[in-house]
Amino acid sequence: MMHILNRNHLLDPNEIRGEIRVIVEKYHSDRTQLLAILRECQERWRHLPALMITIIADEMDLPRVHVDGVATFYHFLSRAHRGNYTVYVNRSATAEMAGAAAIMKAFEKEVGVPFGQTTADQQIGLRTTSCIGMCDQEPAVLINEVVFTRMTPARVKKLVKAMRADVPIHEMLGKLGEGRNGSRAIHSEVVNNIRHKGPVFFTEYFPGSALKQAMEVGSLDVIEQIKASGLRGRGGAGFPTGQKWGFCRAAEADTRYVMCNADEGEPGTFKDRVLLTEMPELIFEGMAVAGYAIEAKEGILYLRGEYAYLKEHLEHVLTQMRSRHLLGRRILGTRFSFDIQIKMGAGAYICGEESALIESAEGKRGQPRNRPPFPVTSGYLRRPTIVNNVETFGCAAKIVLNGAEWFRKMGTSASAGVKLLSIAGDCAKPGIYEIEWGKSVREVLELCGAENVLAVQVGGPSGQCISEREFDRKLCFSDLGTGGAFTVFSKKRDILSIVHNFMEFFKDESCGFCVPCRAGNTLLLKALEKIMVGNGTHADIEGIKSLGQMVKTASRCGLGQTSPHPLLTSIQNFFEVYRDKVRNDVDYLSQFDLRFAVIDSCVAANRKPNLELEGRDERDVKEVSDGTGSC
Amino acid sequence: MEQGHVNLTIDGKEILAKDGQTIVQAARDNGIFVPTLCDFRSLNPAGTCRICTVKVAGRFVPSCTTPVSYGMVVENETAELTDLRRALIEMLFVEGNHMCPSCEKSGNCELQALAHRYRIVVPRFPFLFPVQKVEARLQHLFIEHKRCIQCLRCVRGVKAKDGHDIFGFIRRGSDVRIALDVNDPDAVSEETAKKAMEICPVGALIQKRVGFKVPIGQRKFDRKPEGSPS
Ligand SMILES: Cc1cc2nc3c(=O)[nH]c(=O)nc-3n(C[C@H](O)[C@H](O)[C@H](O)COP(=O)(O)O)c2cc1C
Ligand code: SF4
Ligand code: FES
Repeated sequence: MMHILNRNHLLDPNEIRGEIRVIVEKYHSDRTQLLAILRECQERWRHLPALMITIIADEMDLPRVHVDGVATFYHFLSRAHRGNYTVYVNRSATAEMAGAAAIMKAFEKEVGVPFGQTTADQQIGLRTTSCIGMCDQEPAVLINEVVFTRMTPARVKKLVKAMRADVPIHEMLGKLGEGRNGSRAIHSEVVNNIRHKGPVFFTEYFPGSALKQAMEVGSLDVIEQIKASGLRGRGGAGFPTGQKWGFCRAAEADTRYVMCNADEGEPGTFKDRVLLTEMPELIFEGMAVAGYAIEAKEGILYLRGEYAYLKEHLEHVLTQMRSRHLLGRRILGTRFSFDIQIKMGAGAYICGEESALIESAEGKRGQPRNRPPFPVTSGYLRRPTIVNNVETFGCAAKIVLNGAEWFRKMGTSASAGVKLLSIAGDCAKPGIYEIEWGKSVREVLELCGAENVLAVQVGGPSGQCISEREFDRKLCFSDLGTGGAFTVFSKKRDILSIVHNFMEFFKDESCGFCVPCRAGNTLLLKALEKIMVGNGTHADIEGIKSLGQMVKTASRCGLGQTSPHPLLTSIQNFFEVYRDKVRNDVDYLSQFDLRFAVIDSCVAANRKPNLELEGRDERDVKEVSDGTGSC
Repeated sequence: MEQGHVNLTIDGKEILAKDGQTIVQAARDNGIFVPTLCDFRSLNPAGTCRICTVKVAGRFVPSCTTPVSYGMVVENETAELTDLRRALIEMLFVEGNHMCPSCEKSGNCELQALAHRYRIVVPRFPFLFPVQKVEARLQHLFIEHKRCIQCLRCVRGVKAKDGHDIFGFIRRGSDVRIALDVNDPDAVSEETAKKAMEICPVGALIQKRVGFKVPIGQRKFDRKPEGSPS
């Protein structure tokens, strides 16, 4: 008989089946809830072994390969046991700068297993993960969905001790964050760091006022108003919001959907987290206004798995809004009904791409769709759907409330209104800044107290890496468009390591569906590594430029279409760094490196290499450190 | 203009296409060669390989998923696109492990045929040397993962008798794999193995016990290289 090991008890498949059946029934065997069901099973049993996949497929009457495809797509779901406490250490560039490596070392020392593994008693599992949206309070880790910020090695020691003693996770928390972070429903040590307020967000607002106003002017006029305000999407791409709503409303259908993109996966971005913490009413009201405008009845907030700690709070706000007739049936006593449900992601940056978001919300693998058709004509469940960023819905609600003119007057002619920036990295005051579009990079650097600046990454890894020469460029759609990430690197940082961190991120987060992104990003990373270890030539720089261009042009979605940016923009703006790193005395060097080949063959032979290992992560050597011989 | 038809040009040649067709279908109907790999007959297009990429109004689009529209100007055989397509084929070669001389699919392999057409001798990229096991436990089918190009033709085209999926796509990023449900009786039948081998453009799905029935040298692309006029 097959058994699954759990908390050192043996559970038999019949017992598991019984429990799974309860979970599946709770979700009415609804296929669009497959991801939610898998998340629950992962949480309950700490892994999803093959047998469990078979049972879930059985119970849901789905092909097994389908369930397996979903279960293996998301980073927070796993076939191997992740431990009763699963520690995820963030490895984004800002985390590295704040000392994530020391935190990892401390965990490895205290727990006794390397990252990627789980202790033999299955008590603690150590894993790394992509940016968790805490760049202004790194190093940060997630343990069983709870966020621990500003970690120190001493604190690691304390946490590990508590985990070994089975202390409930919430009892391990330190000082709670300000504002609603300290509320019962959030109860988190995360801080908001709202540094610069403006007229749109974090100001007084009465829930329901925007909806009332919208109903007064009528649904078509709401769309006209949004158009007139010049509002463009705040998620990064900057598509005109009014136009999107107009297209969606014009699409024939029995029903339409409003989706709020709270996947916030771009490393360096965290403003949606703060909006959802402090102003969820405004965001939900923006969604309801959109629902009213496009004649939808249902909205979905797609919340990234990393922000699971906000779910209870958001559900609580939804309940409150329903009881005040701002959501649900017959809103404000009218004939308009609209409700919002929350769907959770499970660790996949690609799910921020709107069509991948839709697929994921349908409970599938987060793979982007081919276009056409676009979501506005065929989106969630193939119905016309608008997908907008959290901040976009907030702006929309305020526009309806205060008028298009009010919004239009702020910012520049082509980029109306304000933008929330998530500022992090080497500056005195990291956090959230509401600024009008049109400010220069230099002005923003002054605001956040950044000195001795080498580079600024505007718009996250998929944006641009700019140097001092360009600090007078302006943040606006016609110059430096951005979803809000603004990461500062001081002169003590190494550009190539930062670029390497970003390229690893894209390689890890590519969905793997299309060739240029899947293979191209791996090859770009390899080419960069070749340069970094001193084996590069000018031909390699040219090779990166040409391959980068191809990945951009041939990839299927925005991920691959922007992933070469860290390399391409740093080659453009920091050419001297590359020039100094490549060999000028030869035209060509092969990728083959004898030193690494020796290491690899020692691994195969279970021996320890006796080489100087410059340029290679010591982690690679650790694999062989148990080896008996030496070569 | 005829009802339900649209005019467009491909490399300057005016053609007439049916409304709702994709660019690739229109090209084929008009005897114009556009290379494809993941596109297969009547299956829903997937758009994984990107080899069919063409340029329309300055933008690169996959011709297998893009519908024709009136007055469209399509660039197909340009130096830029040829280089891109060659690079994509090279990416597939370095990403997998393609030993043509020892492969049962040699001569019937679409990847090999395209490499010939684009005169690829040595790929410009370094080999990635994937380590992947051969799945040989099934009675009728070998799965050679290191030859798989993730085109998803099997996933889309080989189904159980009642239509449910038996092939699937698992994991993500550079770890993606196709998977076959070995618990499903339909998945392991001889019929499925035959169909799978037919639908697979490369030598990733190989039916057992039929190897080398047609000698190398007399196979599909030996007789008629890819892209030769029909
Ligand atoms: C790889 C990738 C990740 C993305 N992640 C996000 C995200 O986390 N949040 C977001 O709002 N938009 C994200 N986008 C942009 C969305 O596809 C989409 O354009 C946006 O949600 C539209 O909303 P907006 O017009 O209000 O900006 C991402 C795009 C790509 C290609
Ligand atoms: S570009 Fe990357 S993320 Fe987008 S579909 Fe292709 S493989 Fe997936
Ligand atoms: S044939 Fe069009 S993308 Fe593969």
